[in-house]
Amino acid sequence: MTDLLRVESLAKRFGGIVATDDLNFRIPEGELHAVIGPNGAGKTTLIAQLSGQLRPDSGRIYFAGDDITAIPMHARSTLGLARSFQITSLFLDLSVLDNVALAVQARAGHSFHFWRNARREPELRDPARAALARVGLKERADLPASALSHGEHRQLELAMALASKPRMLLLDEPMAGLGPEESARMVATLRELKKELTILLVEHDMEAVFALADRITVLVYGRMIASGRPEDIRSNAQVRDAYLGEQEAVHG
Amino acid sequence: MTWTLNLRAVVVILLLLALVLLPVYVELTGSRFLLTLFTRIVILALAAVSLNLILGYGGMMSFGHAAYLGIGGYSVGILAFEGVTSGFVQWPVALLVSALFALVIGALSLRTRGVYFIMITLAFAQMAYYIVAGLARYGGDDGLTIEKRSQFFPPLNLSNKMQFYYLCLALLFASIYLVWRIVNSRFGLAVQGARSNDTRMRAIGFPTYRYKLTCFVIAGTLCGLSGTLLANHTDFVSPAMMYWTRSGDLIIMVVLGGMGSTFGPLFGAVALLVLEEVLSGITEYWQIILGPLLLLVVLFARGGIDGLLGKVRQKVHHD
Repeated sequence: MTDLLRVESLAKRFGGIVATDDLNFRIPEGELHAVIGPNGAGKTTLIAQLSGQLRPDSGRIYFAGDDITAIPMHARSTLGLARSFQITSLFLDLSVLDNVALAVQARAGHSFHFWRNARREPELRDPARAALARVGLKERADLPASALSHGEHRQLELAMALASKPRMLLLDEPMAGLGPEESARMVATLRELKKELTILLVEHDMEAVFALADRITVLVYGRMIASGRPEDIRSNAQVRDAYLGEQEAVHG
Repeated sequence: MTWTLNLRAVVVILLLLALVLLPVYVELTGSRFLLTLFTRIVILALAAVSLNLILGYGGMMSFGHAAYLGIGGYSVGILAFEGVTSGFVQWPVALLVSALFALVIGALSLRTRGVYFIMITLAFAQMAYYIVAGLARYGGDDGLTIEKRSQFFPPLNLSNKMQFYYLCLALLFASIYLVWRIVNSRFGLAVQGARSNDTRMRAIGFPTYRYKLTCFVIAGTLCGLSGTLLANHTDFVSPAMMYWTRSGDLIIMVVLGGMGSTFGPLFGAVALLVLEEVLSGITEYWQIILGPLLLLVVLFARGGIDGLLGKVRQKVHHD
């Protein structure tokens, strides 16, 4: 397998806080790679650097072999690196289908077309409907996005990321704030998606992470303390001390 | 069939019919006053339609939209004063100047948001107002009388009140259609996406500034057209055409009629101007009645008149 994403010596600090500390990892094509770690471990900062929202202080990011470190956010999305947001960011007063169709439209060249009814263009609507079907929102397509539940908003976020026809998805806590039932549905959806896409998943829900991930990277204070298959991570003493044990203590 | 119960569609059809047939009624009753009033309503409705494009669909709260009325009007007035009466020159000049003005104002103001955007558009419009008021050669504060309306090819004669009314009405219908096409196009959806969530639009790869600026220029140009009609209607232009209260009137029309709806601005213009006419006939202090009425609409009918009509259909539909 070839590496789709490769990160070399990535570093980012905010004043005295080291958010990303000399990070090296690679994600082969087709892998679902989870990044876990306690709050403040620099997970969201990592995603921001990968998506182009933040510029790293040093280090390199390669996507499909190309150095994309200096490429801006919208251009990365054109290369096939799509991101979903931790805080839901949607077009609430537009319909669910419109939301996804806009994501399709973003990839379909410029939008200086003033006459043809875009809501009747199969090139925009069909891929949007297909993306909605994949996340299980087909029946909700014509509702305003504001009418959906929180869980459905997360599904819709995912549909929008999918509609931009990415090669790789960067998912920032897709289960955040979901009930058990909704989480289970999201896990099922992600299990479907990982058959075709490479995914980097940042998530707090350990059950979901261990159910989905091919490999897991553990971050603490911006530094990678372990990386490997789920079984190895579960039995890693350092990880238990730093993170898993602490969680169990909280939950217990 | 649900559309037989669709009150909004019924009202739209009746209103459009009434506007088309109004001259017949005027012919029968000889009520010239009614024709003058409705010519004015139709012209300002066109201005409201253009404002609705940026305010209702684009979420751009421009408080200087009347500036284009003045620019369109003065383009006609000044050219006529200098002896150029051909509409084939006057109108393109009016539209071009309006478009350029919109391009400059838009390019600067669209870099700001919220209250700042409102204040900058207002400031530019007031600047235009004072510049025009300072043009001594063209009447300054007192305004400028237009001796001769825009000249087109022979059968079309803008001095014929009936013909002029139909020309205005045709342009109003054309603008409503144009805006309807635009807002449902890819461009229109990009603009509405930017209204809804600008940050997200940029994140998925839309350069929203370009789309909003283009939308702003289209709306300004369309309102400039309304200005050329208004100048021809009153045979007179004055700085008052572009005073900030006129911009406020246009906003009221759009909000009262229903922001972001196809026929809302038309409803709003008819309702506001007819109310103004009726109430001012009853009392000198008609604004005391109009004010609370507007307040009620803003408080209890968010979608304006268009929203209220839509609600009635929904109720009937649910039963």
